[in-house]
Amino acid sequence: MCATCGCSGDGKAKIGRVGHDRHDHEHGHDHHHDHDHHHAHETPVVSLQQRVLDKNDALAARNRAWLAGREILMLNLVSAPGSGKTTLLERSIAALEARFPLYVIEGDQATTNDAERIKAAGAPVVQINTGTGCHLEAEMVADGLRELRPQPGALVLVENVGNLVCPALFDLGESAKVVILSVTEGEDKPLKYPHMFRAADLMILNKIDLLPHLDFDVDRCIAHARTVNPQIAILTLSAKTGEGLDDWYDWLAARRHAQAGQAFAD
Amino acid sequence: MHELGITQSIVRTVAERAGGRPVRRVKLEIGRLAGVMPGAIRFCFDAVAAGTVLEGAALEIVEPEGRARCRSCGAEFLQETLYDPCTCGARDAARLSGEELNIVEFEFDAEAGAAIAPSAA
Repeated sequence: MCATCGCSGDGKAKIGRVGHDRHDHEHGHDHHHDHDHHHAHETPVVSLQQRVLDKNDALAARNRAWLAGREILMLNLVSAPGSGKTTLLERSIAALEARFPLYVIEGDQATTNDAERIKAAGAPVVQINTGTGCHLEAEMVADGLRELRPQPGALVLVENVGNLVCPALFDLGESAKVVILSVTEGEDKPLKYPHMFRAADLMILNKIDLLPHLDFDVDRCIAHARTVNPQIAILTLSAKTGEGLDDWYDWLAARRHAQAGQAFAD
Repeated sequence: MHELGITQSIVRTVAERAGGRPVRRVKLEIGRLAGVMPGAIRFCFDAVAAGTVLEGAALEIVEPEGRARCRSCGAEFLQETLYDPCTCGARDAARLSGEELNIVEFEFDAEAGAAIAPSAA
């Protein structure tokens, strides 16, 4: 079992370029074997004061620097299962592929179904199957980027494993997390999963075409999101009918423009 | 259940630092607002530690409470959720504690360790 993410198998998440020869890559975790020689006189207590997520955060920082140097905007799309992430991606690819290069990294526990949909929509895509793992980690995304080789100035959309808990803790090196909530879910989800809504820069409220059939209170949901995260930006849209999608494309274009300006700012 | 992966990361980190010597105690710091359940870490720990130098080690977990300083009135206040407001009503606050997820220290098993002859370094 993978020692970093708990995913199944023998330490491998399966990463495959859909539409190319599919093959698996090992994580390539770094295994540091410090052979300290402990002698009898030293104290039996060793102070570490080490953050548990240090290794992931260091790899995420490496991803972030790699992306910044190439003026690539990478977004981490998170949600519960069934919120409409893949449909939103399909629409976005169709609308944006003529404007700038767009790539997708798909995270799921199993199957390449979503990656097949993305490939059919016309974007280069890699599928990462995490096995029993419930979230993507920075190293998996690094492997995915190595496989995709996005060109400078591109937009990379990472569709995380459908889960509102674990992905909040794992930085992938993205510019921002975008949390997607559909109106068929509870309007109090921001309060129930505050880590995720606090970590996100943008909340997309999807499936608003269904509002006439539901008791979902949009204003109350937005108020809950702002309770957890006063700075969060909010868009309401329907990936199915297309209502509100232009605002999403404008948000992406603005973030991409801001990312380009940061390439050598640091 | 990210606690399994987190527990594996903890065991691997300590095992690497222990350099092959048995470990009898590990101390963690898991803040009450960290988004990680200490009970689930305990549940995973024995199974993950089995077959490593941490096998049988005691797991000590301290759980710092959520504390923040209000940016409006300057008061320090307790938080049971990430978004509890200050008593003055303001929500804009700086985190003081509660989101820790750290390996504080570990302790070698002195008796078992003494049986291992130091190598010629």
